[in-house]
Amino acid sequence: MSSWDEDEAAASAAEAATTDVELLKRAWRNEKAAPEILRFDSPLVSRVREQIQLLEETLDDFADSGVDDLVASLYQMDLDRTLFLLRSYLRLRLQKIEKYTMHISRSADLLSRLSPQERRFAKSCAEIMEKHLEQSVLSKLPYGYDSVSRQSLSSTEDDMVPEPQLNTFVFCKTKSDVGAFQLDDIGEEVVDLVADDLYVLRYKSIKGLVEGGRIDLI
Amino acid sequence: MAGQSDPHLSIFSPSEVEFVAEDEIVDIVPNIRMDALNMISGDFGPFYPQIPAKVPLWLAVALKKRGKCTIRTPDWMTVDRLTQVLEAERESSREFQPLPFHYIEISKLLFDHARDDISDAYLVRSLVEDIRDVRFHKVETGLETISGRTHAVKLKNLSAMEVNIVRPFMVRTLQAFYKHDSPQMIQQADTTGSRPTPVTDRGPRRDLRRR
Repeated sequence: MSSWDEDEAAASAAEAATTDVELLKRAWRNEKAAPEILRFDSPLVSRVREQIQLLEETLDDFADSGVDDLVASLYQMDLDRTLFLLRSYLRLRLQKIEKYTMHISRSADLLSRLSPQERRFAKSCAEIMEKHLEQSVLSKLPYGYDSVSRQSLSSTEDDMVPEPQLNTFVFCKTKSDVGAFQLDDIGEEVVDLVADDLYVLRYKSIKGLVEGGRIDLI
Repeated sequence: MAGQSDPHLSIFSPSEVEFVAEDEIVDIVPNIRMDALNMISGDFGPFYPQIPAKVPLWLAVALKKRGKCTIRTPDWMTVDRLTQVLEAERESSREFQPLPFHYIEISKLLFDHARDDISDAYLVRSLVEDIRDVRFHKVETGLETISGRTHAVKLKNLSAMEVNIVRPFMVRTLQAFYKHDSPQMIQQADTTGSRPTPVTDRGPRRDLRRR
C-alpha cells in the first residue's frame, strides 16, 4: 500500500498467483451481487475444502506437539476466515435456490449451474413447496385456477413463477480493458470499459462478462 | 443516508465489507522471532525483530493486539497526503480522488487497534472524516443527475464502503427510470393500457395482478 501505482503493479502480479481463497472470495462477491444463480465452481470448492481439512488436522497436531499458542491462534484465525467464506458462499446459494426453486427446476441450463447436492436440494424444495400449496390452497380452488405455476387455464405461459430480475443494476469493477462495450441489443448505448474502473450497469448486459470472469461484481 | 429501507438491495453488511478489507496487505514491524506462516490465505513471514514484513490487515491486528508488532501507517494515511487529497476533493465537484478501495475500513481498523502507531492520529482521523463527508456529499449530488436516459453510471475511484451505502438508493432509482422508460411501457400506455399478450376465449380470465 506504499503508493497507488505500486498497488496496481502488485495487483497484476497477484492475479498471476491468486490463492484459492481469493478466487472463492471473488465467487462469493459475484454470487452476492448477481440477481441470478451463477455457475458452481466445483473444483475450486473441493480444493478449498481440502485445504480446510488439512489445516484442521495440522491444528490438532499443534495441540499435541505443544506449538506456541500464538502461532496456533493465528492459524485458527486463518481457518475461521476461510470457513466463514465457504459457509457464507454455500448458504447464499441455498437462499437463492430456495427463492427461485420453481424457476430453476424448470430450466436445464440453470440446473446445470448447481452442484449435485444443490440439485437435490432444489428438487426436494420444489416438491415440498408444491405439495404444501396443493394441500393448503390449490385443492380448494375451483377448476381452472388450481395450477401452481399459472394464474388460470387461459394463461398461455407460466405466469406465477418468481424469476430473478435480470434487468436490475449492479455495481461492477473491470479487471482489464474490455474496450467499447454494447449495453443493449440495438447498439445505441456503448460504454468504453477501462481497466480498474467502477460502473453501475444493467446486469443483463454484462452477464457474459461476469461469466467469463472479465468483470467483478462488487 | 437515504435508501436503506430495502433489505434485499443492501447485499453486503458493513461487517462483510470490513471482512473483505481485512485482507489488504500492510507493513508491520514485528518485535518477535517467528517462523513463516503457510496459511490458506497465503504465505507470510518469516518474522524477525525490527525487520518489516508484509501481512494482511487481520493478521497485523491480531499481532498488534498481543503486543507483538507495530503497524506501519500506510503512506496515504499521513497528514500531508490526506491534506492534499482533501483539497483536491474540494476543488472538483464531480471527480473522486484515488484512494485505496477500502480506505474507510482500513483507517477505522487502524484507529481502533493501532492508534499509538499513527503519528498525529487525531489530525489524521479528522482528515479522513472530512474526506468522507466531502465525497458522500458528491455522491448525493451526483444522484440528481440520474434520469431516464441513464443506462450506465461511471463512478471512478468510489470506495467499497461508499458503494455499499449508495447501492440501495442508486439501484432502485436506476431501475425505476429504466422500467418507466422502456419501449414496452410507453407502448402499453398508448394502447389504452391493455396487456399485449393474446387472451384466448378458453375460459374466464381474471387478472389477479394489479395493473
